[in-house]
Amino acid sequence: MNAVFWRGILALIVAVLLWELGSRFKQMFGVQLPWIGMVPPPSNVVQAWAKVVTEAGYWQSWYLSLNRVLAGFIAAQIVGIPFGLALAVNRYFRDIFFPPFEILRPIPPLAWVPASLIFWPTNEMSIAFVTFLGAFYTIVINVLGGARTINVQYLRAAQSMGATQWHLFWKIILPGTMPSIFTGASVGMGITWEVVVAAEMISGGGTQAGGGLGFFIWNSYMGGSLEQIVVGMISIGIAGYLCASAIRYIGFAAMPWRRLF
Amino acid sequence: MNMTSPATGLGAIPRVNVEIRGLSKAYGEAWHRQQIIADLDLDVSAGQLTVVIGPSGCGKSTLVGLIAGFEKPDTGEIKIDGVPVGGPGNDRMVVFQETALMPWLTVRQNVSFGPRLRGDMDRAVLKAETDRLIEKVGLREFKDKYPLQLSGGMQRRAELARAMMNQPKLMIMDEPFRGLDAMSRELMQEFFLKLFEENRRTNLFVTSEIDEAIFLADRLVVLSNRPATVRRVIPIELPRPRTYGMLGSAQAYEYKREALDILHQEAMKSFKKGGGQSDFLEAYAKRVQ
Repeated sequence: MNAVFWRGILALIVAVLLWELGSRFKQMFGVQLPWIGMVPPPSNVVQAWAKVVTEAGYWQSWYLSLNRVLAGFIAAQIVGIPFGLALAVNRYFRDIFFPPFEILRPIPPLAWVPASLIFWPTNEMSIAFVTFLGAFYTIVINVLGGARTINVQYLRAAQSMGATQWHLFWKIILPGTMPSIFTGASVGMGITWEVVVAAEMISGGGTQAGGGLGFFIWNSYMGGSLEQIVVGMISIGIAGYLCASAIRYIGFAAMPWRRLF
Repeated sequence: MNMTSPATGLGAIPRVNVEIRGLSKAYGEAWHRQQIIADLDLDVSAGQLTVVIGPSGCGKSTLVGLIAGFEKPDTGEIKIDGVPVGGPGNDRMVVFQETALMPWLTVRQNVSFGPRLRGDMDRAVLKAETDRLIEKVGLREFKDKYPLQLSGGMQRRAELARAMMNQPKLMIMDEPFRGLDAMSRELMQEFFLKLFEENRRTNLFVTSEIDEAIFLADRLVVLSNRPATVRRVIPIELPRPRTYGMLGSAQAYEYKREALDILHQEAMKSFKKGGGQSDFLEAYAKRVQ
């Protein structure tokens, strides 16, 4: 493990220590600390955590949220990347589909929750749909922007060397857009987690689509367990971090030329 | 002299003539229409290094785009050995102002890009030829590196190798050494000249540097301010192989003075013509076209 890793660990330890001290003593150097006194100290959170990890419900929440995030995220990639590329390379396609896209884009995904609860047959599908929307717009905008700003010299050079339209797309536009695809993916992944948690809180733990980390937090709030709320929040933080790392890793493997610095 | 060894199975480089007659090109619509090239006649003779020099922004790059076939002229004709240019083709290779190496391909993949795309070269020949050209431009140790890992001068050499790999009949160089530091620029000019003198592939070299122009050229074509036309053609009769020292000779000085006189006149014209506002409008017209 290198210095960067240990610096990161040290920073985490210091942050947890400050949190512990802050919430235990509620004041520092004689000054009353704002809000931290009301947050349960990490030692209590760890205790609460140690308890929930033995319960199947907690892991079920992880599983459900992760499932929804991945379903929405992957669907958004599958639809969003080709859609963004089509917008970028075909003028007529852009003329037709970009205006409606731009009108729908400012609608926050959460504003879709009531409508999708009505239109989709199951709660599960409506959560997946809203999650999909969360990532979709970001992915499309990134792919479109990336593909439209490819250096025209690459296209011209390839054309000189006898590239067909097919070649231009597969050999220049696609690899040239790759960095933007991954930027879109990591931003989109963040939004997906925001959306899934909110959607889980709103749709609640009904019989159809219960659970999820969002619902876990909501449930802890209803049950008045502050420690468990924090457990849920940190769980989402860890889950989001793992997802972002996975995307970084895949980007690293897919774009060897970006590994230079 | 033939650059390709018989072992590679590649033929000699045909020498082509380029004939440009009455070429005109304008950009933009209606009131912000800008004439970039007007009634330009130019010959690029077979086996010669023709250098085009002109004030900055005079339309040199547009001329390159037209000859390469990236753009179509409004009027006039460009013929290569009597055949009109219809679009881009691998008989003409452009080395661009900024590097056009694909950043996602290694040096080797970049150099072999054209033949791999077209599938017109036997695998063994492709590999041998790629390695030979990379060796020739002195990048053997860097062939598996990505362009961003190379210095500016190395990138230019990789790009020269990529162009040569396609066996073009005409090389078009659009200010290829611009942006390099003075030292690498001089080295690249000498290196490029050595390559040229080896096989005398017909070459059109565009620059805005007078010393570079005289050092390289068989014929120096001085363009007017925009819209670009040919103001004068100066045959440069310095002996070959050239050395940098020749630029100090009285003859070279004469060439330089003659060319600079015209360039100065042209620069003054544009200075008188344009205030800040019209410059802005021109820039705007270029953006919106």
